[in-house]
Amino acid sequence: MLNMYWEVVRIRFLMMLAYRVNYYSGIIIYSLNIGVYYFLWMAIYGDNSSLQAMTAVQMATYIAISWMSRAFYFNNIDREIAQEIRDGTVAIQLIRPYQYLFVKAFQGLGEGIFRLLLFSIPGMIIVSFIFPIDLPGISPAWGYFAISLFLGFIVNVQINLMTGLLAFYIMNNQGLIFSKRVVVDLLSGLIIPITFYPEWAQKIIMLLPFQAISYLPTMTLVKGISGSQFLDAVLIQLVWILLLWIPIYLVWRHARKQLIVQGG
Amino acid sequence: MFQIRLFHEYFKQYMKTRLAYRWDFLAQFLTNFLFQAVNLVFILVVFGHTSDLNGWNQYEVIAIYGYFLIPWSIFSAFFNLWDFNEKYIIKGELDRVLTRPVHSLLQIIMETMTPESLIGVFTGVLVMGYGIYHLDLTWTLLDFFFLVLFSIGGVLVYGGIYTILTSISLYTDSKTDIQPIIFNVSTYGRYPINIYHRFIQIALTWVLPFAFVGFYPASYLLDKQEWFWYAMATPLVGIVYLGLGVFTWNQGIKRYRGAGN
Repeated sequence: MLNMYWEVVRIRFLMMLAYRVNYYSGIIIYSLNIGVYYFLWMAIYGDNSSLQAMTAVQMATYIAISWMSRAFYFNNIDREIAQEIRDGTVAIQLIRPYQYLFVKAFQGLGEGIFRLLLFSIPGMIIVSFIFPIDLPGISPAWGYFAISLFLGFIVNVQINLMTGLLAFYIMNNQGLIFSKRVVVDLLSGLIIPITFYPEWAQKIIMLLPFQAISYLPTMTLVKGISGSQFLDAVLIQLVWILLLWIPIYLVWRHARKQLIVQGG
Repeated sequence: MFQIRLFHEYFKQYMKTRLAYRWDFLAQFLTNFLFQAVNLVFILVVFGHTSDLNGWNQYEVIAIYGYFLIPWSIFSAFFNLWDFNEKYIIKGELDRVLTRPVHSLLQIIMETMTPESLIGVFTGVLVMGYGIYHLDLTWTLLDFFFLVLFSIGGVLVYGGIYTILTSISLYTDSKTDIQPIIFNVSTYGRYPINIYHRFIQIALTWVLPFAFVGFYPASYLLDKQEWFWYAMATPLVGIVYLGLGVFTWNQGIKRYRGAGN
């Protein structure tokens, strides 16, 4: 069973490898984004050495890590699902002997692993030469980060599955997909670390699942979080992973029935 | 005059196709709005922690961003050349365009325009107005004149750069990813340029003059004298870059041989 899904990961990885040239420009684009936010944040820091318990160097590191993590967790499975629902190929996917949603999730993983190896890691090396960032050497912090990053990936996949499945109800959900991407970038802490939001906004954001995608993993590495603080972060991520399956399952069950009506 | 009539016809056809899917049309409005709001949220949040960005206060930064939206929206309404390579070169649509008696670039602009993006002009004026309202500036009639002139200049800068980039497809039929890269460079132009490294400032002025789209003209409108001559040069830079764009385009069309057989 797991073998089959692993094959899905492998095939997607190889598919990405065939079009790898596209990813060299991706590294430049991400570096440019890191650049603009680096200069903005450094201007915000000005003469302050520390804001909201983060030093300027930690902020630079935060920007670099969060963007390069995005390369790993970001994928277009929401768009793919919406496409397959619109052109009807989802019907064929349904009669195949696998769970469609899992296949999509593992395709996302294949894409993520590809970008991690050929995009994030070389990108991180380039960025660390350009900007003064401070990464931990060989230390358990990387292990903690890896765990948290992977959980963040799952949360993002779940949100993508949910957005994609809404194509069953909204014929053209391109706009929705795009809005979701903007909201995730803003509320996950990618553009602004969550501690920088005003108090009232922080309270709201802490009740939303988006922090699990970028803010929690990145903070794990930047602040070298471990012990009970790390467990708290992972717990938040795990709770969201469990909670998010509920709406996905309900929508999926209901939507499949809808599809039969459409096909009949 | 013929071109204007043609433009009107294209516009009517476009609106018919878009209004066939009204909800989609509305959704696009909202997402455009949301996208612009994100940048505003960023500015509002960060000014909770500092009083200035290298000498620029919150309302000035907001006004610069608002101003930037004006030329940017006009540009994105008329220059949608993002999938030019795929649509016109690989699928061979350019051959059809070339057989018609109107300049090829103009036809492609009319075929790919998305006039609904012009709503961004409204958003821009609103955002800029909000910033300026809090700034205690006195606006004369001359300032409004410069606002219009600079906006046109900014559109020409953008249009010129993107025409040059799109023309690359006419010389080589392999895919390039240069457009999204330059798109990301252009976001640098909507913040005060003096926050960047000296090298980036020079690049944004002399190589890819995106500073002329947002920052330089806006600094003049905010009564900063430091970049006066740069601001005044905006229309000229626009004309030069659009000229370069049209020139590389025309040369490319002469060399174009089609992707098929």
